Amino acid sequence: MIVTGKGGVGKTTVAVALGLRAAAVGKRTIVCEVASQENASRIFEHTVVGFHEVEMEENLWSISIDPDESMREYVLLQLKVRAMRDMLFRSRIFNYLAAATPGLKELVTIGKIWELAQLDRKVKSGRKYDLVIVDAPATGHGVGFLQTPRTFASIARVGPIHSQAKTLDRFITDHEHTGTAIVALPEEMPVNESAALEHDLREEVGVAVDRVYLNGLYPERFSKPEAERLAGLAEREDDALRAAARAALSEHGRARSQRAQLARLRRRVQAPVKTLPFLFEPELGVEAARRLSRRLA
Amino acid sequence: MPTLHETLEGKSICICAGSGGVGKTTTSAAIATGMACRGLKVCVLTIDPAKRLADSLGLEELDNTARRVDPQLFEQHGLEMDGELWAMMLDPKQTFDELIARQAPDEESRDRVLENRIYQQISSALAGSQEYMAMEKLFELHTEGDFDLLVLDTPPTRNALDFLDAPKRLTQFIEGKSLRMFMKPTGLAAKVAGRGASVALGIFKRIVGFDLIADLAEFFNAFSGMVDGFQARAKRVNKLLADPSTCFLVVCGPQGEPIDEAVYFHRKLVEAKLPFGGVIVNKVHYPAECLRTDVEDLPAVLAEKLDDADLAQRVAANFSDYQALAERDARNIDHLASELRTKGVIRVPFLDEDVHDLAGLAEINRYLFATGEERVAMAAGRA
Repeated sequence: MIVTGKGGVGKTTVAVALGLRAAAVGKRTIVCEVASQENASRIFEHTVVGFHEVEMEENLWSISIDPDESMREYVLLQLKVRAMRDMLFRSRIFNYLAAATPGLKELVTIGKIWELAQLDRKVKSGRKYDLVIVDAPATGHGVGFLQTPRTFASIARVGPIHSQAKTLDRFITDHEHTGTAIVALPEEMPVNESAALEHDLREEVGVAVDRVYLNGLYPERFSKPEAERLAGLAEREDDALRAAARAALSEHGRARSQRAQLARLRRRVQAPVKTLPFLFEPELGVEAARRLSRRLA
Repeated sequence: MPTLHETLEGKSICICAGSGGVGKTTTSAAIATGMACRGLKVCVLTIDPAKRLADSLGLEELDNTARRVDPQLFEQHGLEMDGELWAMMLDPKQTFDELIARQAPDEESRDRVLENRIYQQISSALAGSQEYMAMEKLFELHTEGDFDLLVLDTPPTRNALDFLDAPKRLTQFIEGKSLRMFMKPTGLAAKVAGRGASVALGIFKRIVGFDLIADLAEFFNAFSGMVDGFQARAKRVNKLLADPSTCFLVVCGPQGEPIDEAVYFHRKLVEAKLPFGGVIVNKVHYPAECLRTDVEDLPAVLAEKLDDADLAQRVAANFSDYQALAERDARNIDHLASELRTKGVIRVPFLDEDVHDLAGLAEINRYLFATGEERVAMAAGRA
């Protein structure tokens, strides 16, 4: 399950909530980050996990996929002769080529995700996972990221990279086993972008879009007649009463405009939309993610 | 603290930087609008596949040429445009092609590069190429000198710092000195490098595929005549960024994570000796001027006034929630101000209406260019 969306919409929180949900129903799950951000470990208040499969809770693991480490691991798996590997890693030209070849970092990152999803793990003593959740790069970069295998398969026309890139492309576009979720916010531009993203994911990448999560939806605390009464209060009163009434009116206004955006989103995307509530708390930690995860049932 | 107008006085370039999703595009557009209202000829540039700038300026389409925004659009929203507002959305691929055409010594080498498959990939896909092209266009417009002020909305990268390294990374890549040396393993270079390198190259070829290596070699050969030109240009771009007439504004949101990124970004700017101008925090929950604790038992007082205990409870609960967010924002912004050793944090409130049109832009503009006291008064509904 690949979690996508523009920056700042709460992709990591949703990815972790999905992970908690899957783990709670007994699925062995791993949440992967791809841009060495360590946002997931931050939510768990865990120290940096790095390129290791670290257990966060029962049935739930986390890893931060570093492209250099993935490249190293890939070469290790490819070359069985130790002397050859050591020479390769020491070689400046190899490091240079690995850094300079466009898209190679993205490719080996997707390669690692594929490896994690295999029941027959390539990595020695690798655990078997029922579900691999990917916290993907932000929109724009996200589509390019998922397209890397296909691009690579066409640049490298023959050879081992060509066939591996093809395998990865089939893996990404396998609608039965691989899907994406888009995280959106109930605002005008994020809704537009989510609709465009869904289109690109379906048409350009060819990946399945299973669900759109509308994150941060305000509760509808006040009805329209109540809001009118509160507007009167905000005009008549002073001090805390006025401030409280104004806060209620703000909430009412936002909740209403968000409902309009929810309706627009539902009209504009094909995938089913699931809403997630705005959480009124200063910092979103693991308990907040757990509460969201219960809404995903 | 100086107002934004004073900060930008005499500047010819303003770069808005920050992580994705913090309202950079809207902020850039509002800054450009504000300075155009104050009599300058301003151009706002963005690289944005989502066409957000076009959306927020009410334009149908933006392409690689600067387009003037109709001043009448703003008059409807109470903004009088004494100067001129122009907008440009960059197509990184087209910018890159233009740059190649300019740098190539002759038509043949130009076409060799433009037709190379590796080039076609990197010109749109190589990490940093978008950022580099933004800098490139900025430099070009600055050199042409048609505008008083250029406002750059930096690309929505996950890491706000990518664009600082972009010129360096790209020239290093194009330079490809070591690679070109090894591609022809018959010359003196091969003798110097020794057998190890050619074996390493052999293994790399086996992993990656020979034709990819051949394409890379062709790419670097095609580029060989342009390396010096690229380097010289990158140097001039870097000099322009460090010039005192350039101003970097850091844009962020009030939550912990964006604040941490802003602190990190500011540190990098200082390390790189780039001119930092100020920080803008968007979507801030302003604290109410009177707190819940000012009235003893607010729910009871509300219940009496509203004659509805249930509604009173909900109003009070909502007020508490809102206050908690306002307190969090205030804490985070205090932390930001102390890390940056500045009092000049521009706080733009979380407006009741979602900002996506010119009316919203005009509203943001009022906050951006106000003094701190004026902002507090506006947020409290007193101005």
